[in-house]
Amino acid sequence: MADVSLRKVIKRYEDVEAVRGIDLDIADHEFVVLVGPSGCGKSTTLRMIAGLEDITGGDIMIGGDLVNDVPPKDRDIAMVFQNYALYPHMTVAENMSFGLRLKHYPKAEIRSRVDEAARMLDIAELIDRKPKQLSGGQRQRVAMGRAIVRNPKVFLFDEPLSNLDAKLRVQMRIEIKKVHQKVRTTTVYVTHDQVEAMTLADRVVVMNKGRIEQIGTPNDLYHHPATRFVAGFIGSPAMNFIPCRLEDSGGGLNIRLTDRIAFPLPPARAARYQGVTRTDRLLLGLRPEHIAELKAHPEPGIEPFEAVLDVTEPMGMETLVYFTLEGAQICGRVSPNAGARAGEPLRLAVDLNNIHLLNEVTGAVI
Amino acid sequence: MTSMVIDKGAPTRAVKYRSVSRDRTWALRWSYFFLVLFAIFSLVPPFYMLITSLKGSTEISAATNPWWVFHPTLENYVKLLTSNQFLIFFRNSALVSILVVTITMLISVPAAFALARMRFWGSATLATGVFLTYLIPDSLLFLPLFKMFAVFDNFTGIQLINRWYALVIVYPTLTVPFCTWIMIGYFASIPKELDEAAVIDGASWFQTLTRIFIPVALPGLIAATIFAFTVSWAQFLYPLVFTTSTDQLVLPVGIITTLIKGDVYNWGQIMTGALLGAAPPLIIYAFLMDYYIAGLTAGATKG
Amino acid sequence: MVDVAFQPNGVVAARATRKRSSLRTALKRKSTAAFLMTLPLILLIGILVIYPAFYSLHLATLNKSMQHFVGIGNFQFLFNRETFWLVVEQSCIFAISAVIFKALIGFIVAHFVHNIPAKGQRKWRGMLLVPWVIPPAMSTLAWLWLFDPSYSAFNYTLSFFGLGPISWLGDPNWARFSVILVNIWYGAPFFMIMYLASLKSVPEQLYEAAAIDGANWWQRIWYVTLPMMRNIIAITTLFSLIVTFANFDITRILTAGGPLDHTHLFATWAFKVGIEGSDLPLGASVSLFMVPILAIAAVFILRDINKRGNEAS
Repeated sequence: MADVSLRKVIKRYEDVEAVRGIDLDIADHEFVVLVGPSGCGKSTTLRMIAGLEDITGGDIMIGGDLVNDVPPKDRDIAMVFQNYALYPHMTVAENMSFGLRLKHYPKAEIRSRVDEAARMLDIAELIDRKPKQLSGGQRQRVAMGRAIVRNPKVFLFDEPLSNLDAKLRVQMRIEIKKVHQKVRTTTVYVTHDQVEAMTLADRVVVMNKGRIEQIGTPNDLYHHPATRFVAGFIGSPAMNFIPCRLEDSGGGLNIRLTDRIAFPLPPARAARYQGVTRTDRLLLGLRPEHIAELKAHPEPGIEPFEAVLDVTEPMGMETLVYFTLEGAQICGRVSPNAGARAGEPLRLAVDLNNIHLLNEVTGAVI
Repeated sequence: MTSMVIDKGAPTRAVKYRSVSRDRTWALRWSYFFLVLFAIFSLVPPFYMLITSLKGSTEISAATNPWWVFHPTLENYVKLLTSNQFLIFFRNSALVSILVVTITMLISVPAAFALARMRFWGSATLATGVFLTYLIPDSLLFLPLFKMFAVFDNFTGIQLINRWYALVIVYPTLTVPFCTWIMIGYFASIPKELDEAAVIDGASWFQTLTRIFIPVALPGLIAATIFAFTVSWAQFLYPLVFTTSTDQLVLPVGIITTLIKGDVYNWGQIMTGALLGAAPPLIIYAFLMDYYIAGLTAGATKG
Repeated sequence: MVDVAFQPNGVVAARATRKRSSLRTALKRKSTAAFLMTLPLILLIGILVIYPAFYSLHLATLNKSMQHFVGIGNFQFLFNRETFWLVVEQSCIFAISAVIFKALIGFIVAHFVHNIPAKGQRKWRGMLLVPWVIPPAMSTLAWLWLFDPSYSAFNYTLSFFGLGPISWLGDPNWARFSVILVNIWYGAPFFMIMYLASLKSVPEQLYEAAAIDGANWWQRIWYVTLPMMRNIIAITTLFSLIVTFANFDITRILTAGGPLDHTHLFATWAFKVGIEGSDLPLGASVSLFMVPILAIAAVFILRDINKRGNEAS
């Protein structure tokens, strides 16, 4: 078991810079998820940790050792691939033990390790099957088993669940978390799915265009995003962004969305935004759950307004409503009993205690 | 009439279910009718080989129905299989084919692995070049090769002309390019994650080849082996050019040059020899048809 | 990307020292290994294919005893020979008509096989491919016997219909017909198997969509089957053109070029002149005439293969 450190790691292909200087410290036993849209450099970063890509610049350290020029097999890592990469001509047991056999471990030790991993993953009865005879979820387990058996310093997962259907994905997600709680191996996990990232990670690393946007715990990222990218990427449905401006009104501050619509900010927020230049072009970041139906006795900071709904999406425990504001499509979450109907106006309320204010030009959260 | 043959599930304007199914039945009948015709066309020569091989020499020259055997006899088989000469042809053919298959695999599998996975300077050009070589026919090369071997003999004193092992040297030019080509295809279709997984598991590139690539691409390897064997077994021009003494001949040339004496054709024995000569590829085909066909369609073979 | 997957074992962790060079030598060593693995292939092709191909160019410029340089003398000699023009004519007739019929028959038979219930297809396919499996030298002997002037089984059968006897290999025109027939018999199964594989890869939904759009069987072939198979048809045909053009076995065994040199192809004539007539340079000159057509076909094949590769990716 070991910690992993990346220092100013750069990866350049002929003319594109895929990873543009990454600094990251992963503690022992930690489960870190790299998340971002495709092409953000997350997979390249993982593959550099694995040693499958050489690094153009910077240093990678595993367990305190510099591994820049160490071949993958000597880095003491194990990797789970998106398409499982099980050897099709080997049985489950042979797949899991291949690495150990190459290292000439004693037979008895190999057996006991494979049996233990198989029991942990609940695939003991499949041990003599070929990968072709397994379902997607079972293959995924075997791929994890292959990693566990090696008892490496670091687990690397490269989008391991994206080939599974939605239901199985949820199940395997829990499985992965269970395994990690049991073996406690340092884990780096790459995914493009922010739900996966949120549910699995101790810490999430959000990447975009080869750079790290923000590192933090799932709750941190959700409630205190640092940039517009993170704010928009984390959370589903995504955060609404509405162009706005601040203006003084009496002793307090107003946030003006359109000529007709402006909301007074609660005192705590107003104090925080006091220093913002009034003429700056700003974005109001508002999560859908903070646009709800108007309740009978609204708490302070909750302001009513009315919107004509374009579309409603009943989800069962809630209904998503979409309406247009100044050309932008806005999503809100209302109770299924709110009587939301497409084409009809609905009384809604904005929770101004939970807004984010962003600089439209820099994308930074204020 | 063929219209109905291809016409499955056609939208019929009239809502008559019976006519649709009747169309299909007829389409099937016509298909089978023509397939039977084509099968007869395909199988007449081998069938006629078999018929003739079972006839005695008197029956062959008799004016009876040639399509039937009235007095079946195995005398042709007995004669050939006890003839030292024929057995030498068979041995030469087997020896040449087995050696050529071995050499072909030893050359093309590592080359295909290198070309499919280990990019190096000029590797793409080489892959295309391999394919182009495959398009150069034997009938273009036999004369310069003949001369080259003669010159080689003059300089080194090593005789290649009229020696069966000369064939072991030239046959790989026919088998290696194609085998390399289809093995590149099979190797390239193996997902890259598989060799990355092997690397992380600690395999060297040689172990990756022997323990992952070769087993996984085994169907391709079998197809390539079958191809190399059938090509070596069937090759006619090179042995006709390079070998002349009866103890150096391989089957196809041996049968033609020794069983046809001047204008005297001993058809019973010729057909028996031809059938025995066709037997090894046919037997392989019967047992490994799917691999055979996979190999054929994999690289768009000579046709 | 995979390149790095094969880092040789020798690389050790260069602790704290910032040496990138070790990885670079490792990579270099890897490409050396790759080169060594392909070396036997390169040597084989270089010595036994490329070199003789160019050597035959040189041979073609020598006189019969191979002692004097005669330049294009051999070619001039050939142009003045009537037989040469017969060979050109017959090679074109032979290759073009055989390929057309092989392609047509292969296409039709492939459809028939594709049309019958799937469980019977294997059996039929197996039977229909037999001509391709038998070594051509062996099967041509059977044809030679079937065409035999005095005991021809074909003539025996035809006599029941009051036809014949036909001098299959004795009459120049019938001999030309016969060699082409045997070549079609031998090569059509190959087309059949290629087309069948290609037919199976056409998604059934396309036919269903075409049927819903109101296409009849002919329109479905024209607008769905043929475009989907176009590439494989082109490649197969060009391949076959090369191989048929360079064919040796069938003509050599059936007629040895006769009667009166009417069935000679470049290959059989080059053999007759070069080996039997011991005039290697003249034989080499004859076989060199195959090069232009082979080159043209090869260029087109290469283009199609690249196209297929691009479509796949």
